[in-house]
Amino acid sequence: MNSAFIIGQYIPGESFIHRLDPRTKISLIFFFVIFVFFANSVLSYALLTIFSFLVALSTKIKPSFIIKGLTPVWFLIIFTFTIHLIVTQEGEVLYRILGFPIYSGALIQGFSISLRFFLLILFTSLLTLTTTPIEITDAIESLLNPLKKIRLPVHELALMMSISLRFIPTLMQETDKISKAQASRGVDFRSGSLKSRVEAVIPLLVPLFISAFKRAEELAMAMEARGYRGGEGRTKLRELKIRKLDYLAMILFSLVIAGMFLLRK
Amino acid sequence: MDISFENVDYIYQPNSPFQFQALKNLSFEIKSGEFVAIVGHTGSGKSTVIQHLNGLLRPTHGKTKIGDFTLTSDHKPKDMKSLREQVGIVFQYPEHQLFEETVEKDISFGPANFGVATEQIKERVKTSIEAVGISTDLLNRSPFELSGGQMRRVAIAGVLAVEPKVLVLDEPTAGLDPKGRKEIMNMFYRLHKEKGLTTILVTHHMEDALKFSDKVIVLEKGTKYLEGSVQEVFSNQARLNKVQLDIPEILTVVKEINNRFGLSIDYQGQSLDELAVQVSVGLKGLKKHE
Repeated sequence: MNSAFIIGQYIPGESFIHRLDPRTKISLIFFFVIFVFFANSVLSYALLTIFSFLVALSTKIKPSFIIKGLTPVWFLIIFTFTIHLIVTQEGEVLYRILGFPIYSGALIQGFSISLRFFLLILFTSLLTLTTTPIEITDAIESLLNPLKKIRLPVHELALMMSISLRFIPTLMQETDKISKAQASRGVDFRSGSLKSRVEAVIPLLVPLFISAFKRAEELAMAMEARGYRGGEGRTKLRELKIRKLDYLAMILFSLVIAGMFLLRK
Repeated sequence: MDISFENVDYIYQPNSPFQFQALKNLSFEIKSGEFVAIVGHTGSGKSTVIQHLNGLLRPTHGKTKIGDFTLTSDHKPKDMKSLREQVGIVFQYPEHQLFEETVEKDISFGPANFGVATEQIKERVKTSIEAVGISTDLLNRSPFELSGGQMRRVAIAGVLAVEPKVLVLDEPTAGLDPKGRKEIMNMFYRLHKEKGLTTILVTHHMEDALKFSDKVIVLEKGTKYLEGSVQEVFSNQARLNKVQLDIPEILTVVKEINNRFGLSIDYQGQSLDELAVQVSVGLKGLKKHE
């Protein structure tokens, strides 16, 4: 398993952010994603950056872990930055690298886009780092509830989502197990020609599919045995509740966003 | 093939919040041709040990030696395939690895990967399917049409067809009925004797450990807790109980009889009938005495 990749991973904790209602977290992040695009001055960017860093710190997850976990994304950020440097041709020419002109506008734009990108990813990964998948689906179900009026099967959608999320680690384990069993029978997943590597996937995929179907069948039976009949009249073990903490978070967030608008050019 | 672990540590996902040390300073040796049982309750590190035996995992610290192959955290043998050819692993629920259209193709999969000639593969398929007690009529059937027990046997045949020198068995009889369990364990023991294999059996079943193995290694929290001959390890009931293990039932029975009637019967693999004779002889002796 790739331990370096943290997006989608949940780190248990007791911090302020961990204890917020998942609906609060999702909505605030939703608005953050929108408002990041309104920042247009150094100060407004600085405010958002400081705010995100403070939120990240308050989760009490080791910063080194978050930074390391974002490694695959760093590559994307640097890539965007480089593309901007090459493509944008605004402002005056600052330097020439190997005869290639670098414009001041390109530098500014590249930097602000990359920063925006970074903030988006940092902030959204904080959601999954501090919220269990179950909480997230519960929150989505509750947020989408109004859509029941137009006959959208909200409960079923949320259930599908939580089941798929629930089975990701199981499938990963299964993949690990089967690939080890096949490697012991002489399959080489890492070297050889492209064709032989594609062929090496078959002994992995077939057993994986078979066990996934089996699992689905067993799950369906187990759910029925325990009296599952869809969302109608079903009560929840963990009721979502907006508490003081959530109001506090919303107020704080609104203040930051208001500040950002004041600092805009 | 001689196998040795020297001060092996293994850490899963190091430097992350999920860091977990599965093996701690584990050292042991297994001589060529031995039948060794590794016991320990869930999470004691048994599966991690197994994966070190054919290089699926390499120690974080320390060294493993399997025959001529030496593995450390920064050194892996160039010829990993040859290591895997010589160490066959029957994983838990091996039937989950079946994937081919026919039983024959699935059994041939291993040998074909290791470059065995087609003619020879045919022969090996035949001998290994006979070894696991399945009729050759089933060779052209899909493995997914078979019963659970048959699938297990086919998967085992797939490992045997590679003709490894070391056979590693991870709970090979889990979920089988008593008859199937007996047949399969006897089959492994016969192969062990006939082909002079080195066999490593990971099990919860103390009965199997007692019946087949020359040596028992008890793992607890990733370290070696007890090691020794069957007699040595199973004479330590108190220590075994401490790690939620127990001595085999038959030993408990013999011990209880000895205690109750003041006998001193020594259990050395006698059958139940032989034991009964010993007990009755012992009891008559007592009566005469009175």
